[in-house]
Amino acid sequence: MADMIEAKHLIFRYPADEPEDGKEAPVNEPILKDVSLSIEKGSFTAILGHNGSGKSTFAKHINAILLPEEGTMLVDGLDTKDEQNLFDIRQKAGMVFQNPDNQIVATIVEEDVAFAPENLGVEPQEIRRRVDEALKTVGMYEYRKHAPSQLSGGQKQRVAIAGVIAMQPDCIVLDEPTAMLDPQGRQEVLETIHRLNHEQGITIVLITHYMEEAAEADRVVVIDSGRVVLDDTPAKVFSQVDRMKSLGLDVPQVTELMWELRQAGYAVPDGIITEGECLTALEQLLLRSE
Amino acid sequence: MALLQTEGLTYTYSAGTPFEKTAVDHVTLTIEENTMCGVIGHTGSGKSTLMQHFNGLLKPTEGKVLLDGQNIWADKARMRDVRFQVGLVFQYPEYQLFEETVYKDIAFGPRNMGLSDDEIKHRVLASADALGLSRDMLKRSPFALSGGQKRRAAIAGVIAMRPRLLILDEPCAGLDPKGRALMLRQIRDYQRNSKSTVLLVSHSMEDVAEFTEKLLVMSKSKLFCFDDTPKVFRRAEELSALGLRVPQIASVMGELRKRGIDLPQDLYTVEAARDALLGLLRKEAV
Amino acid sequence: MLKDITLGQYFPGNSVIHRMDPRFKIICTVLFIVMLFAGNSLWTLVIGAVFVVMAQLLSRIPLKMSWKSLKPILPILVFTAVLNLLFIADDNILWQWKFIKITMGGVHTSVFMIVRIVLLITGSSLLTYTTSPILLTDAIESLMNPLKKIKFPVHEMAMMMSIALRFIPTLIEETDKIMSAQKARGASLDSGKMMERIRALIPILIPLFVSAFRRAEELATAMECRCYRGGEGRTRLRQLRAAPRDYIAFVICMLFTAASVTVNILFK
Repeated sequence: MADMIEAKHLIFRYPADEPEDGKEAPVNEPILKDVSLSIEKGSFTAILGHNGSGKSTFAKHINAILLPEEGTMLVDGLDTKDEQNLFDIRQKAGMVFQNPDNQIVATIVEEDVAFAPENLGVEPQEIRRRVDEALKTVGMYEYRKHAPSQLSGGQKQRVAIAGVIAMQPDCIVLDEPTAMLDPQGRQEVLETIHRLNHEQGITIVLITHYMEEAAEADRVVVIDSGRVVLDDTPAKVFSQVDRMKSLGLDVPQVTELMWELRQAGYAVPDGIITEGECLTALEQLLLRSE
Repeated sequence: MALLQTEGLTYTYSAGTPFEKTAVDHVTLTIEENTMCGVIGHTGSGKSTLMQHFNGLLKPTEGKVLLDGQNIWADKARMRDVRFQVGLVFQYPEYQLFEETVYKDIAFGPRNMGLSDDEIKHRVLASADALGLSRDMLKRSPFALSGGQKRRAAIAGVIAMRPRLLILDEPCAGLDPKGRALMLRQIRDYQRNSKSTVLLVSHSMEDVAEFTEKLLVMSKSKLFCFDDTPKVFRRAEELSALGLRVPQIASVMGELRKRGIDLPQDLYTVEAARDALLGLLRKEAV
Repeated sequence: MLKDITLGQYFPGNSVIHRMDPRFKIICTVLFIVMLFAGNSLWTLVIGAVFVVMAQLLSRIPLKMSWKSLKPILPILVFTAVLNLLFIADDNILWQWKFIKITMGGVHTSVFMIVRIVLLITGSSLLTYTTSPILLTDAIESLMNPLKKIKFPVHEMAMMMSIALRFIPTLIEETDKIMSAQKARGASLDSGKMMERIRALIPILIPLFVSAFRRAEELATAMECRCYRGGEGRTRLRQLRAAPRDYIAFVICMLFTAASVTVNILFK
């Protein structure tokens, strides 16, 4: 399948603060040191990494909010450096941010969902159709006349997702969309993005701290100090328990337990990330030893 | 010794209007000195409202809050003293920072207490140490710190008041796994060293399982239970019925027990489960 | 609590007045003000009162809501009344104590003023009760459109207004939270001398500003991501379209205003 996103040797550094008089301008350490990554159309990729690893900076490159210092970023074959592509790229790859409050523009839910199509100059009737459809997709249609301040965090994030869907994007990049939500809100958001991925084939790039969320992706990419250090299926990535821990990341409890048992010399299978798998493996182990 | 008690504490929002809602419903409990407690419950279960009663930010519609056996609302002049004894750290406390330097910000609470400069200095440095803030950071503007450091500075500002009861509302929200682990360890160490009581409000069952001795569970405005953490996790099915998850390990171990495997109760951390399983495997191997 | 302040005070409904084109509602409100201030005869008030009662009934806004909008201006009402009672004097003295005189003229004027202000407030608050802030903004934008010719940034103004409306509840909630947090650190916000009180605001205002700037920055990025590029080429989900009922309402308003002006000329 074709690539939705193709990053080739991205290097990026944030500009340093203004130097004091007479001093030489300091140069910041690059936050992206050399990131190359291709993301297939229709896939669900989770990007893990601790704060400051560069994962959010990478996400901002997909949307041309940031432009690489060196290297190229292609979104559906379009170079983000070419200013003529700007709105096409932003329409193809929508973005959802961490703080649900700071990305809702309008005072009424449906008005907010309409914001992007309005900016794109879509005909009013078509906007109406897209808004209704997007709100139905995220299960917020009944709330279309509500004020954002009346909604829970999870609901606000779903409205933000609807606002992106209304652009009819091929890909949605979510930058820690669940970091500020309670467990219920997190679940609502995750169910929504999984459904978008399955039913509409929208490519999902989920940046997260939560390994349970990454465990449900097709692919997990771990970024550490500006480089891709792990890139594989969740089971294979999480099985490297000591590596993950040294990167400052968690693994699911059950994966850790299996790893501990393996360290103690017991032959338990690799790549266990769910409770069910763990239960089966433990039962077999205990029965075998009897 | 009982530190803080509530008797039939009830709080109703917008009483007498169509929007009337009872957020806390007849909660009676006793919080002991020198304990590490977890507080769990859904958003809207009333846990945050309950916490705000402990230091008098909210006044109960009905019932009492007693600190050292004395009703905190009996004498309004005592209220500031109550606030110094019961420290409350809100969610995302970094948004309360305002001073020019981290030092001054941490000193805000102690200064409001009217302490001497020497005492203030002593306390600021001690609480900065407890949260791993370097001397160099104290001189910087709080707005120049990283997210995790800002959070620590804000918590240090409350700890510097030396509260006997410290309430932390989701101190790990939004931190990465490394930041979470460090924060939780620092809070535990602080609790042990200060011998104060800490209430840790959290959505993470894994965190409360690992770090707390007692658990307060709120559900639908009522106190579901307030008991030793292991005893609470034994009621896994009831918790699930409330829509609260138990840690992955607790549910796997519970399921194994149900299937007749001879494992002890109260396994809810990876270490405990590993030790129990290894014990079992070795015994069988002999 | 701060949350109790209702801003914009929109009262959702589906009455004829709710469904009116907001642009016409604004024009009618302006006409209503002209109607009330066309003259000083009793007729002005009668006509104005009939108009307000009619509009109130049609809008199905409960009287309690109108009372709510009047409550904050009660002190102004009392002040106006007292001022007029004391300073408007004619020969018809009702009561006198030393140099304080209360005359029939004073009573007349103060009753007149009170009724006029009450009508003005109840009538014009129907506009905000029946029109959501966003529609109001749309209408103002549309009414101001001709100003674009003289390079007045109409779209930008409207966008700023609607963002302000969007963030008022958020910032109020945030203020509440910051106040609680600082109180928990022993800040005393409701006692002390004037200067102390002003100083006590610093721990509230600084975090509030910092947070407002952070929000503004994040919102700007989010807007850009959603292809915002100013008013150029932008379409709208909601098209303001005048219906026959809007013209009818406009004609009725004109008639009322004309009547008010006419009677004031005739009965002078």
